[in-house]
Amino acid sequence: MNSSALLVCDGKTQPMPIDPGSEPLLTLKAIRFGYGDWTLFRDLSISLLPGHALVLSGSNGSGKSSLLRLMAGLNEPDDGSVSRIADAEGERAAISWLGHSLGLKNNFTVAESLDFTRRLNGGRLGQSADLALNTVGLTGFGPVSISELSAGQRKRVALAGLLVAPAPIWLLDEPHANLDPAGHAVVDRLITGQLRGGGAVALSVHHPELAAFDGPRELLHVDLALLS
Amino acid sequence: MSALLAVVSRDLRLVLRRRMDLVQPLFFAILVCLLTALAIGPEPTLLARVSASVVWLAVVLAVLLALDALFRPDAEDGSLEQLMTAQTPLPLLVLGKVLAFWLVTVLPLILATPVFAMMLRLPTETLPLLVATLLLASPTLVWIGAACAALTVHARRGGSLLALLLLPLAVPVLILAMGCIGAHQQGLPFREPLLLLLAGLVASSTLGPFVCAAALRISSR
Repeated sequence: MNSSALLVCDGKTQPMPIDPGSEPLLTLKAIRFGYGDWTLFRDLSISLLPGHALVLSGSNGSGKSSLLRLMAGLNEPDDGSVSRIADAEGERAAISWLGHSLGLKNNFTVAESLDFTRRLNGGRLGQSADLALNTVGLTGFGPVSISELSAGQRKRVALAGLLVAPAPIWLLDEPHANLDPAGHAVVDRLITGQLRGGGAVALSVHHPELAAFDGPRELLHVDLALLS
Repeated sequence: MSALLAVVSRDLRLVLRRRMDLVQPLFFAILVCLLTALAIGPEPTLLARVSASVVWLAVVLAVLLALDALFRPDAEDGSLEQLMTAQTPLPLLVLGKVLAFWLVTVLPLILATPVFAMMLRLPTETLPLLVATLLLASPTLVWIGAACAALTVHARRGGSLLALLLLPLAVPVLILAMGCIGAHQQGLPFREPLLLLLAGLVASSTLGPFVCAAALRISSR
């Protein structure tokens, strides 16, 4: 069973505009992946188009995270290929990865963490740390130590990282987890902005209705992919 | 390049804020030297003959002890995933991490060598050569260790596994360094083993980043 048949268009938004000119930013081609004898995906092909979101839903352990890790290059597929669009100089499109572990150091302040994110990603020009903190609702938290933050606040710092080091491809593993309703709104606002700017987002959610951002999207229910 | 410097400065700042991590290998090496001196007893001639080897072993063990913390904290808090998905090539970032590790863990050990030497009554004329072998061979040792640490980063009880992997691989380094010092103590030419250590330094520092990056990718799934 070819899993491209699994992609369902979400009724909430306008039908996906098919623009033949827009090249996918990231392409999974005929992916096979599993752990040991247990195959999670077989012959899975997905592409992330500019300005489009891919929403992955499914139960715990269904492979949402594994799929996102495959896209990020953190997992190597057993078969098939993962490719990203490259610019004229052959530089592949950058990725921002937001996993379950946020990559924040307890000994650092919020400002230091964001500064490292920016420098690690080669000084791509993004928002200033103050502005990004403003956007995620952590105004004035720059000098606060990461160890003093709650789980939700840490998540917001990681979200601010998406803004200080912008990347055309966002891969977000359950970005809504640990956040209050206001935090959900922040996530959705960021994703909306990213899509409007021509970026692509792949995110996993527990409930598809959690993904309340504006913009064209595809829904992929990963449990179905399991059966293929 | 700026990403490499960012990793170096981040790791240096992290260690400076956890002073215990900085002095732990040093204390460990001092204890190894002290215990050896106590075990062998007050026999200056015997002690002087084995002292260079003991200093070397103390450094190897102290580095081994510290190596487990090279990648593991980053793996646990998700920083490693950030490094692996960054636009900068992973080997460059690994180079930054290993450079910072060498600066905060191995360099203090080498600087403390005169103290170890005094405790173990090392003949004074051997000390410069001992320091030279440590300077030349420790990067090789650290690169081998870093590759092993990268392979065991997600393993439970990775520390003991790391020891089992690293210690056999450290044998050639140890043999060359000891050969160098042994030849010098017997008044024989010691240029060749020293040059071999230098060759190891060049080879490990050029291949090491790529090997470590590949090992991190293998262990990440």
